Amino acid sequence: MPRVLTGNRLETGDVLWWTGNDWSLHLNDAVALGDEAEALVARLTAAERINDLVLVDVDATDTGWRPRSTRERVRAVGPSVRPDFALPSLPVDAI
Amino acid sequence: MYKYDEYDQAIVDARVEEFRDQVQRRLNNEISEDAFKPLRLMNGLYLQLHAYMLRVAIPYGTLSARQMRMLAHIARRYDRGYAHFTTRQNLQYNWMKLEETPDLLADLASVEMHAFQTSGNCIRNISSDQFAGAAADEIADPRPYAELLRQWSTLHPEFSFLPRKFKIAVTGSDTDRAAIQLHDIGLQLIRNDAGEIGMKVLVGGGMGRTPLLAHVIRDYLPMADYLSYMEAILRVYNRHGRRDNIYKARIKILVNDLGPAEFAAQVEAEWAQMKPLGLDAPAAELARIVAQFAPPALDADAPADIDLSDAGFANWVAVNTHPHKVPGHAIVTISLKAPGEIPGDASADQMDLIADLAEQYAGDEIRVTHAQNLVLPHVRRADLFTLWQALVGAGLATANLDRASDIIACPGLDYCTLANARSIPIAQKLAVKLAPQEADLGELKIKISGCINACGHHHAGHIGILGVDRKGDENYQLLLGGSGAEDASLAKILGPGFDEDGIVVAVEKVVDCYKALRSDPAERLLDTYRRVGAAPFKEAVYG
Amino acid sequence: MADSHLLRLRDDAVHDAAAVALADHQQGDTAVQLAPADDARALIPHLATLHRIDIVFLKFRDGRGFSSARILREAGFTGEIRAVGDLKIDQLGFLVRAGFDAVRSDLPFDPAVVTRTLQRFAHVYMKAADGRPPVWALRGA
Repeated sequence: MPRVLTGNRLETGDVLWWTGNDWSLHLNDAVALGDEAEALVARLTAAERINDLVLVDVDATDTGWRPRSTRERVRAVGPSVRPDFALPSLPVDAI
Repeated sequence: MYKYDEYDQAIVDARVEEFRDQVQRRLNNEISEDAFKPLRLMNGLYLQLHAYMLRVAIPYGTLSARQMRMLAHIARRYDRGYAHFTTRQNLQYNWMKLEETPDLLADLASVEMHAFQTSGNCIRNISSDQFAGAAADEIADPRPYAELLRQWSTLHPEFSFLPRKFKIAVTGSDTDRAAIQLHDIGLQLIRNDAGEIGMKVLVGGGMGRTPLLAHVIRDYLPMADYLSYMEAILRVYNRHGRRDNIYKARIKILVNDLGPAEFAAQVEAEWAQMKPLGLDAPAAELARIVAQFAPPALDADAPADIDLSDAGFANWVAVNTHPHKVPGHAIVTISLKAPGEIPGDASADQMDLIADLAEQYAGDEIRVTHAQNLVLPHVRRADLFTLWQALVGAGLATANLDRASDIIACPGLDYCTLANARSIPIAQKLAVKLAPQEADLGELKIKISGCINACGHHHAGHIGILGVDRKGDENYQLLLGGSGAEDASLAKILGPGFDEDGIVVAVEKVVDCYKALRSDPAERLLDTYRRVGAAPFKEAVYG
Repeated sequence: MADSHLLRLRDDAVHDAAAVALADHQQGDTAVQLAPADDARALIPHLATLHRIDIVFLKFRDGRGFSSARILREAGFTGEIRAVGDLKIDQLGFLVRAGFDAVRSDLPFDPAVVTRTLQRFAHVYMKAADGRPPVWALRGA
């Protein structure tokens, strides 16, 4: 099952997704990580610029990644009760 | 209400600069995240699912119009135009940036507000009765005693690294609107035979993984011994509270393990050592604070009769106002629970309106209740209609206080990293479903928590709902029979859990069962449950 | 020799004797070490002989040492109370108020941060072990 890496930016708390060489605010920019994931997490954790680093299980769908857990979908989309905060590309019915 | 003097202001200002310095050092990687996290928690800054969350302290739930306007300004300037009032009478902003928080705290300090110790393993906001100073049944306004304790507990060097968080509530009447039996320390103002005000001291209550009701450890504590006695309780806890298991670290576990009598004996022994140290503030200091809570000048000849010919207004008066100790006046509750809305949330515009109304009609004072509503404590009855019309215009006139749609819900999985399930959507669905019949149902307190930390106070709900994680899916446990009032009891699980649709159906079945079994329409669901037991409800829900 | 891990707020000569564990303490020992769970009051009969009491912090979040230090000051101890172990520079204000006058940390101290931290609060709300007057004592004046 694919895994992507997410975390929160230290300065702003923004939810970020690892694109392979940088961080993006958009879930669908994330890359699936293989065996290199754990070493990457260890390196980023030590740098202490991104908090709450975690590898998220996702499924590939025709509209992009879908995290397996409700929690990670809420994290990607925003509060389910504030559809006005969600991005058009990732509305609350993606939760 | 309390006004800062130069000393209070100096302490707040220094704390803001200290946090600014700590944030800068963290952003420069001069402090590790591990070292920084307790520092930011001690300033109420959490990292949640989407962003940082800041919990602003509203001491004993009291604020002025000026302070409310600043909270609205902060919502617009630093957040997304709204805020959430919490079950501990505080306020939460959900979309904070760490790098902006020092400026935000400076803005708060400019109106005598702060976020001290609203998180972390330290003494938290001292909560109190939202009707303090206005209710007819209080011995005395409990808030000066809460303020004295707030100062004593702020940046206390011995008690800033406790085993776990510490929550204190103070009330001034037998009617318990502060849930003192469910706090780490609960304090009730009482009089001795000589008529002197003192405290009844309870310790060891709390919800969460191991819900317990507090025990009285001192029937009467004289005011002269107030702070030293609190020091003794905290010292026994700091020294002997468990630190090996986060779920066993509250003082309630220590009280339960030692037994209340032994715990009380240890406190008394410690207090005997601490009393001679001069830790207690002099009577003059308490008198100074009490004087700041002098009741506003209210006209006791204000007319009591008002025109109730508008049915909607009459209903709102009946449901959302309480008698004031001064004739011709009323205590108004502003519901933040319009069915279908997010419980406890207010927009910046609503907050500004409430500030205006407080200034104009309520002696410039607003209260936050631990049921996530707001109170205007000193309103002339003659002004109620105009006030109500203004509230109607802003969606703030729902007449549902303590009724089925007046649901307490924590932020839950929509916001919180600790949550297992979402609570707000459940509250919204239930409120919409039950509102049409809520007048018939009478007093019905539904409380929803998204995880075992119980910020939604589900153990104290007549109907309590606990969100859990069941194999990766959201699931909801149904509990019945809790109360956070003076008749305190802990709700009990009725049976197996439900999914998000099932829990709504289950609650409806509970309500139908209540209607079938109540001895008369005036009997509350809680009382029907206490009278008939769980079995009929279990049968009704699980068939 | 400068020791960037030791902060000492006393003027007297440092007492270098190795601290013995409380369990091994004997009459006449001049330096003792208290573990987090040790009862500081066990030392009260020996305070006149002791020059230095080290209070260990295995984890900086475990605040039992603050009670131990304050208890020793309340009992009249005027020797050095040294916090030892996992301590963070931002705890200094609390440590000093609780009665510590020395800190040996696992991490080095930045002198500038030390100074800023110790001078941060001109006023304090409550009495503690450092003798600073609480605000209520100033208000009467």
